[in-house]
Amino acid sequence: MSGTGLTAVAAQIVVVISGAPLLAGWMRQVRARMEGRAGAGVLQPWRDTRKLLRKEPITPIGTGPAFRTAPALLVATTAVVAALVPLLSTTTPVSAHADLILVVALLALGTVALALAGLDSGTAFGGMGASREMTVAALVEPTILVAVFAFSIPAGSTNLAAIVAGAVREPSRLASPAGLLATAALAVAVLAETGRIPVDNPATHLELTMVHEAMVLEYSGPDLALVELGAQMRLTVLLGLLASLFAPWGIATDASWPALAVALAAFVVKVAVLGAVLAAAEVFWAKVRLFRVPELLAGSFLLALLAVTSSYFLSGE
Amino acid sequence: MSLLRKIRDTGRVAEPAPPRPQAAPPPAARDLGGSAQVRCVDAGSCNGCEIEIAAAFGPVYDAERYGARMVASPRHADVALVTGPVTRNMAEPLRRTTAAMPEPRVVVAVGDCAVNCGEFAGAYGVEGAVGDVVPVDLEVRGCPPRPEEIVAALRTVTGR
Repeated sequence: MSGTGLTAVAAQIVVVISGAPLLAGWMRQVRARMEGRAGAGVLQPWRDTRKLLRKEPITPIGTGPAFRTAPALLVATTAVVAALVPLLSTTTPVSAHADLILVVALLALGTVALALAGLDSGTAFGGMGASREMTVAALVEPTILVAVFAFSIPAGSTNLAAIVAGAVREPSRLASPAGLLATAALAVAVLAETGRIPVDNPATHLELTMVHEAMVLEYSGPDLALVELGAQMRLTVLLGLLASLFAPWGIATDASWPALAVALAAFVVKVAVLGAVLAAAEVFWAKVRLFRVPELLAGSFLLALLAVTSSYFLSGE
Repeated sequence: MSLLRKIRDTGRVAEPAPPRPQAAPPPAARDLGGSAQVRCVDAGSCNGCEIEIAAAFGPVYDAERYGARMVASPRHADVALVTGPVTRNMAEPLRRTTAAMPEPRVVVAVGDCAVNCGEFAGAYGVEGAVGDVVPVDLEVRGCPPRPEEIVAALRTVTGR
């Protein structure tokens, strides 16, 4: 395969790893400005990471391999997803393997690793967070699958690169009822998967309301840095995937250097805009009660199911 | 939409940043590099100091702009903000909390009670000041201390 393809894969991984903390900092900054604060600056998550890497790692007494390997596994699976999904280019050496089911399975592997680590820590909150995370994950994974299936019907493939390339050629697929329903369904699923506000509050200090945070209460130092980086990378990848699926303009469909440069700029702009919209929306929303979360996710699953149905019947096949 | 109009009309409420405090940072804080996760421990305070700490992290004083952030677990924390005289029941939890924090860690005693038992010196339920139970790196005086002073102590730790 060509040098541009390999560069695109490398660029996707590098942009996601280096850009994920910046996205988190950007979203906190947008939120701070809307709350009338000055904000800590876009670079603050990188400062936090640098400091955490210098700190002493603590392995709590009684924890085993699940606790120790989970942070690395979370970052590794997310990095593989970042390499696979079409964020910058649809023609990369690995795009033939960018199957939807594989991508969702890799995301689920990271989620399960962290939930096992939460159980392994043996604290009350760790187990509680793990059980909540599994409840949410069991409702979110099918929604992501079904919402993207709505696009795989006109594309005739579950390969994400093929779906995105098809949408670039025929933008009318996006404006169809199926496309709009799937957008809404996937947006809710992404919020739940990344632990954002209607489902989970990433800035909470109340252990009883935590989902993701409760699982990682026992991590410290470099392990915590990896867990936080992993969570930020998942948010970046999922927002990038959302942008690629529903606003694929600018993504490189051929292996040329100018197209890749345009795709990089478009990706940064799209993810920054999505992040700002999400951060602004979080100022207006409250976290819903935990018992309401299944209703929200069931609603989003229903939208996804309607999207698939309308995609199947309206495509005229 | 009325909330959006309110946000636009209110604008920025954070006060302009005062000059950086000149005090030398405690030795443990040298490697923090502009980032400090803070865990609050109420060792028996009357909650006056907690109100001032909440104000320090509120929009007006905005301690977050100097890189300090409140966290939910001592494992995530670099700084323990300890308030109140240490009561007999809170002495062991306080020792355990600081022991759970990864090195390098900074203990800040906030308020007169935390520094020298203040109003509650000699009371039957009081074990002693914070310095009698765990090593203290930084002290903030006042009953309660003003949010500016708490923010200045946090800035000494983060170095911003």
